[in-house]
Amino acid sequence: MITAADLAAIRLTLELAATTTAILLVVGTPVAWWLARTGSRWKAVVGAVVALPLVLPPTVIGFYLLVALGPHGPVGQLTQALGLGLLPFTFAGLVVGSVFYSLPFVVQSLQNAFEAIGERPLEVAATLRAGAIDTFFSVVLPLARPGFVTATILGFAHTVGEFGVVLMIGGNIPDKTRVVSVQIYDHVEALEYAEAHWLSAGMLVFSFVVLLALYGQKKGAVR
Amino acid sequence: MKFRFVRLLVAASCIASAVAAHAAEVQVAVAANFTAPMQKIAAEFERDTGHTALLAFGATGKFYAQIKNGAPFEVFLAADDKTPTRLDEEGVTVPGSRFTYAIGRLVLWSAQPGVVDDQGEVLGRGDFRHLAIANPKTAPYGAAAMEVLRRLGLADGIAARLVTGENISQTYQFVATGNAELGFVALSQVMVDGKLTGGSAWQVPAGLYDPIRQDAVILAAGRDKPAARALADYLRGDKAVAIIKSYGYGL
Repeated sequence: MITAADLAAIRLTLELAATTTAILLVVGTPVAWWLARTGSRWKAVVGAVVALPLVLPPTVIGFYLLVALGPHGPVGQLTQALGLGLLPFTFAGLVVGSVFYSLPFVVQSLQNAFEAIGERPLEVAATLRAGAIDTFFSVVLPLARPGFVTATILGFAHTVGEFGVVLMIGGNIPDKTRVVSVQIYDHVEALEYAEAHWLSAGMLVFSFVVLLALYGQKKGAVR
Repeated sequence: MKFRFVRLLVAASCIASAVAAHAAEVQVAVAANFTAPMQKIAAEFERDTGHTALLAFGATGKFYAQIKNGAPFEVFLAADDKTPTRLDEEGVTVPGSRFTYAIGRLVLWSAQPGVVDDQGEVLGRGDFRHLAIANPKTAPYGAAAMEVLRRLGLADGIAARLVTGENISQTYQFVATGNAELGFVALSQVMVDGKLTGGSAWQVPAGLYDPIRQDAVILAAGRDKPAARALADYLRGDKAVAIIKSYGYGL
C-alpha cells in the first residue's frame, strides 16, 4: 500500500514539478521569443544548447551538474561566494537540474507557438501604434495560448518523470530530494514489489491522463 | 599496403576462430564495490584461460530483480551473502556452487587530506555538512555503515546530514566530487596495492559491524557453460586471491 514515505515523495515531486515549470515559463518565454524572431547567427547555437537535454542521457546531465555544482566546480564556487552554500543534495539543487532537464519541452513548445503567429498580427499592432510590451501582452500571449498550455503540461509532466538527474545530484534524502521515481527504484531494489507496483501504476495513470489532456487540447486548437 | 592489411585481417580472423573453438564468453554480474579488482581479475582470467568475462557492474538488489526476470547472467558476484543464498533457495542457481570470494571492509573516507583522522573522531565532532553512505535498505555497505553509526551512538544526531547513494559507486562519487565532505565507502575503492589512493581515511575496526561476506554463485544460465565454472574456480585461485587482498578485502 501507499506508505507515509510514498506520500512524502509524491508531495515533493509535485512541488518540484510546479516550481520548475513556473521558472521555465518565466525564463523560457523570452528565450523562445528570441529564437522565434531572430535572424542572428547565434540562433543555431542557442537552439542546440536548448535541445541538448533531449539527446543527452540524464546521467550525463546529472554527473556534470554534480561536478559543476560541487565545491570545486565553477557554479559551486559562485554559490558559495554568494553565501548560498552548495546545491547538491538540496531541493534548490533539484530545481536547477530539473530546469535544465525540462528546458527544451517548454522552450520548443513556446517557440513553435510564436513562429505560428507570423509577422502579420505584429505589423497590424505596430500600425495601431502598440508598443513592443503592449503587443506582446495584448496580441502575442492570447494567440500563443495553446503553446503555453502545451509547454506547461509537458514541462510539468517531464519533471515528474525525472530520474537520472535526481539520482545523481539528489542524495535520496526524505522530504528534500527523494522524489517518486527514486522511491520506486528503492522499492524495486529492496524487493518491495507491491509498493513499487502501487507507485508505478500511479505514475502510469498520471502520464496517460496528462498526454490525453495534451492531445485533447491540441485537437481543440486546430478547430 | 592495402594487401598487407587484408592479409593481416585474414590471419587475425583465422587465429580468432581457432581460439574461439576452445574459448568462450561468460556473462558476469558484479557488485559495484568489486569493480576495480574484478576488471583486473577478468584480464588475467582471459590471458590464462582464453575465456572472456563480460562484466556488468551494479547494485546487488537490482541484479537480483534482473536475474529473477530472466537476465542472461551466468555468474553472480554479490555484495552480500543473503542475495545469493536467496537465489539458491529459489532454485535459480547451480546447487553447491556458492562460495565467499571476498570479505568487504568499510572505510570512512574524505577526498581531502586531513579531514578524517585515523580514529574516526571526526564523526563525533560533526564539523561537516554531509556524510555519504550507500542506501542501507539495499546495499550491504550502507547497512554496515548504519551499524557503525548506531554502535558509536551517533545514528540519530547525524541522520539529517546523511546523503544516500543508490550503491557504493554513487556514494564514492558523492565524496570524490567533494559534495559530501566524507562518507563510508568500500576500502577497495580507495585502496590499491595496500595504499590509500588519496585523501584521508579511517579504516573502521571490524568489531563495529558484522563482516560483509560477499558470495559468488553460478546461476542456472551458466549450468552447462565450462567458462562459468572456470571463472568460479579462477576466483578461488592464488592469482585472484592476491588481487582481491591487494584491494583491502579480507579472505
